[in-house]
Amino acid sequence: MIDLTAYLLLGTVLFGIGVYGVLSKRNAVGVLMSVELMLNAVNINFIAVNKFVASSQVIGQLFAIFIIVVAAAEVAVGLALILAIFRQKKSVDLNDFNLLKW
Amino acid sequence: MQISMLAPEIEIALLGLLLLVLGLLLPHKGRGIMGTVTFLGLVIALLLSAAGFGQEEALFNGVYQADSYGSFFKLLFILAGLLVVLSGSAYIQRLGRRANEFYSFLVFALLGMVVMAAAGELITLYIGLELMTISFYILTAYLLNNELSVEAGLKYLILGAISSAVLLFGISLVYAVSGTTVISEIAGHMQFQPAMVAGIILMIAGFAFKLSLVPFHMWAPDIYQGAPIPVTAFLAVGSKAAAFAAFVRVFMLALPLPQFEWGLVLAVLAACTIILGNLVALVQTDIKRLLAYSSIAQAGYILVGMVAGNEYGLKGVLFYAMLYVFSNLGAFAVATAVEVETGSTSIEAFKALGKRSPMLAAIMTVCLLSLAGIPPLAGFVGKFYLFSGAIGAGYLWLAFVGLLMSMVSVYYYLMVAKAMYIGTNDDMTPIKPDTSTRVALWICLAATVLIGVYPAPLSALAQTAIQLF
Repeated sequence: MIDLTAYLLLGTVLFGIGVYGVLSKRNAVGVLMSVELMLNAVNINFIAVNKFVASSQVIGQLFAIFIIVVAAAEVAVGLALILAIFRQKKSVDLNDFNLLKW
Repeated sequence: MQISMLAPEIEIALLGLLLLVLGLLLPHKGRGIMGTVTFLGLVIALLLSAAGFGQEEALFNGVYQADSYGSFFKLLFILAGLLVVLSGSAYIQRLGRRANEFYSFLVFALLGMVVMAAAGELITLYIGLELMTISFYILTAYLLNNELSVEAGLKYLILGAISSAVLLFGISLVYAVSGTTVISEIAGHMQFQPAMVAGIILMIAGFAFKLSLVPFHMWAPDIYQGAPIPVTAFLAVGSKAAAFAAFVRVFMLALPLPQFEWGLVLAVLAACTIILGNLVALVQTDIKRLLAYSSIAQAGYILVGMVAGNEYGLKGVLFYAMLYVFSNLGAFAVATAVEVETGSTSIEAFKALGKRSPMLAAIMTVCLLSLAGIPPLAGFVGKFYLFSGAIGAGYLWLAFVGLLMSMVSVYYYLMVAKAMYIGTNDDMTPIKPDTSTRVALWICLAATVLIGVYPAPLSALAQTAIQLF
């Protein structure tokens, strides 16, 4: 029987990979994918906790469903913005988006 | 459960949908009434929530809290929305046929804020947060042909999504330890575990991002500069106040201060935010960026009240959030009027504003001095509450940092005043803002002065709202 710690560790590792992707990827689409990885790590956490800690209510599963829906909305807007910026610069490389600087 | 308690929220949601449909149905010439419809709808929402103030009820088994605390912020957001619509209508008009959805997204962002402030449960809080931020992503990138605007939108989206993920990871760990997501029940189920500490730290990081606290502030100036100026105004005031509303509710109720010692962590964050925000603001040459760094510093001041966690401090948080709406939106309204006229947001464009439009210059000066905390304006009273709360809770050093940096802030606020009154400008044509901008400006001016001279009513209102804690 796999216990909760294993799931939480999996979630943390996946989250870590997502963070690494966000920080290292230079391609805007790749960054969005890495963010998805982070959100899915959270989903794993929620569902595992729901099963092991509070199985009388399905709060964790509900939360996961909401996260999936919101993530889809976020990506829809994100891809639209990437398209808009691609039309202007013919590039999706984050290094090229450097007009705003302090 | 009374569904009528939700009347303002329902009204705002319907208004947003109505605006979407109306934009499609109206002939091209009739589009001018969109601003009026938004304004009237928000006035109705304001009246509804004012009428509902003081009633306390937990709706849907505590998922949604209709309480004074939520109502206070509801009033704040709707007032901010109204002022943005009034002062921004000239700017929004220039967007042409895409102006319709602009109003609709503003209203949906407002709805998200309201839900965030009243959420009694973390899922609801998350949905409110995302409704607000996704609307803001779109609004930030609204000038699709403007490279700055689109770039700011994409940056905001990426950083916003990351911060949401961090916040959610924190929530999932807190849920793992407590087994519940109802805010008022979490404290009772918490035991001390490493997962709990990690969860709290990640939640602080997530919220700090939304509040643009140092070191999570890097996004704010870029996004504030790139976004259309009414959006920047709403973002600086509304989104920040909403994040504070949720932050205070979650941390005071779910993770109460004596049990979970996050006070010192936040005190250090607040001190860094105040120092860095004010120091970097000194060298800015663009009014939007200047106000962005100033708003970073202001978030630090508000955080001082939360760190104190006592009656004075929390009252200060609500009080300051409200006066910040008027002072900051007043400054942004002037900046909007100047941008509509000159097409520029650099401080250069403000030169000789004192001669081109004495009213605009005077209101800008009053609002900036209020933000700096000069008596008898509203900002002084707010800072008085915040810092006396901090001293009462034993954070003398934090109050000292706050006071010191307030003095520094006077310098860069007065730099703008200097440009307006002493500077010379080649273009000396008078700037005449339209009527709705003028109404918004007078409201901001009147509120900033009145709250400063006679703070008792707002103070009593804030007092009622914090009974919850």
